Amino acid sequence: MIWNPQRECADRQQMQELQASALQAMIRRIYNHVPFYRNRLMALGIEPGDIRSVEQLKLLPFTTKTDLRNNYPFGLFTLPQSEVVRIHASSGTTGKPTVVGYSRADIELWAEVVARSLTMAGIHNGDTIQIAYGYGPFTGGLGLHYGAEKIGATVIPISTGNTKKQLQFMTDFRASVLACTPSYAAHLGESILKEGISPGDVRLRIGVFGAEPWTGEMRREIEKLLHIKAYDIYGLSEVIGPGVSMECECQCGNHVFEDHFIPEIIDPETLEVLPDGELGELVFTTVSKEAMPLLRYRTRDLTRLHRTKCDCGRTLVRMEKCLGRTDDMLIIRGVNVFPSQVESVLMEMAETTPHYQLIVRREHNLDTLEIRVEVDQQNWSDSIRELEGIRRRIDNNIRSLLGISATIRLVEPYSIARSEGKAQRIIDERHL
Amino acid sequence: MLIKQLSVFLEDRSGRLTELTRILAENDVNITALTVAETADYGMVRMVVGRPERAKKALEEAGFTVGLTEVVCAKMPDQPGSLHRILQILTEEQINVDYMYAFSNSNVALAVIRSADISRVAGVLQQHKLELLSGSDLYQV
Repeated sequence: MIWNPQRECADRQQMQELQASALQAMIRRIYNHVPFYRNRLMALGIEPGDIRSVEQLKLLPFTTKTDLRNNYPFGLFTLPQSEVVRIHASSGTTGKPTVVGYSRADIELWAEVVARSLTMAGIHNGDTIQIAYGYGPFTGGLGLHYGAEKIGATVIPISTGNTKKQLQFMTDFRASVLACTPSYAAHLGESILKEGISPGDVRLRIGVFGAEPWTGEMRREIEKLLHIKAYDIYGLSEVIGPGVSMECECQCGNHVFEDHFIPEIIDPETLEVLPDGELGELVFTTVSKEAMPLLRYRTRDLTRLHRTKCDCGRTLVRMEKCLGRTDDMLIIRGVNVFPSQVESVLMEMAETTPHYQLIVRREHNLDTLEIRVEVDQQNWSDSIRELEGIRRRIDNNIRSLLGISATIRLVEPYSIARSEGKAQRIIDERHL
Repeated sequence: MLIKQLSVFLEDRSGRLTELTRILAENDVNITALTVAETADYGMVRMVVGRPERAKKALEEAGFTVGLTEVVCAKMPDQPGSLHRILQILTEEQINVDYMYAFSNSNVALAVIRSADISRVAGVLQQHKLELLSGSDLYQV
């Protein structure tokens, strides 16, 4: 089933014309309303009228997470506050979150791309969808919510956590679709077995999973545990949230909704645009968003694009599963975590040194984070009560900054290997 | 009347305590009293030794995290009620004991006591005519 065949099955020519026209309007919009972009374009001697086709994107400057941080909170908005109807925020590299704003039309656009995504997975208005992504400043919960409502499915807005309740609602309300992170899906699958719930009481048939990377093996395990077909949904808040691209039944990559989000692959070192099939950093230009359009936003995700024919009938360009990142961001239980955030917490505390390590493991299908911190040789206490107090304080500070809890382990000075260049802060023992 | 006690933070790794005692042995440091308090992840070794400053230096050079804390070492008859008497005095003076370790041998019992206001502890116990060991009793020459 295809939600919007006119767009999703458009021929190349139609798509290019559409993109060109939307791009022109977008450049005009950001030039006129966002000083940051106007200055960048003027510095290159570019005026809105100069950009008439998608090929010319390579002449335009990139936008990075640092630019968003420097313009925090609303510096990249094109609209006044009265026309911004939603704010979402996600983890930034240090204390400041990444802010995105939406106009009414943007919210409608978001619902449209998620509707396309759900339909691509075979979901329709006869389905009951349990949305176990977090509702709140993260885009996961509300993003899926509006798209699910748009297709007329019955929405259970349960958000994350409380596995017991998840299972109760799942069986009592006869959920047929589950939307959450893949690791949580696996965890729910195991809980069903542990609680002794009979497979007949679980009516799930489809899963829509994302917000963190997951392998083919993980998919097979989830499908076996829950007796469902599992699909990958991709997105990032800066571009819009979930619904930037979605996997079809052919499962050979995610179709990017390129009528709204034009993708490019670049060499992260030379910044040169790479041809289809080559591995590089994924970049998006949001040509339809009103409140906060982004020009050539560098996602830091590494992948390839393919435009070969897809048997589902869609002509939209496909992106492969993301193969890693160009920076050191981790995704733990669906939450973005930067080692530098941990560092900023530790730097603020007198009793800890900035010598730390993050160890990420997967235990019973859930990500766990252990933070090893060296005790400060100069500045420590021999009282266990005080050391435990330090541990608790680190734990609280980390939890309020990152939004996830971690096990804090105090270690001896110099026990964390020193390195010549970049410190090896992260040991990721998950085999993703 | 105040004794310097050595504290060493030990990660829960095999051989750390063995290594610690090796360094003390190599530096001719004698241990008078020792206790290890543990949590799930690490241990805290507390010791009264004959050469606290030398021990601290040697251990730090070997990469250990070492501190020196002031404690009292109270001496009492090795019989029922001795310890109770001392603790009763501290309770009446509203002094809180942070930690303690004790041992008895040949009619004499010793208790190493740590409290936040350690000077006051020394004063109070001496007022009650209790014997406290001094550095010269314990430190090696």
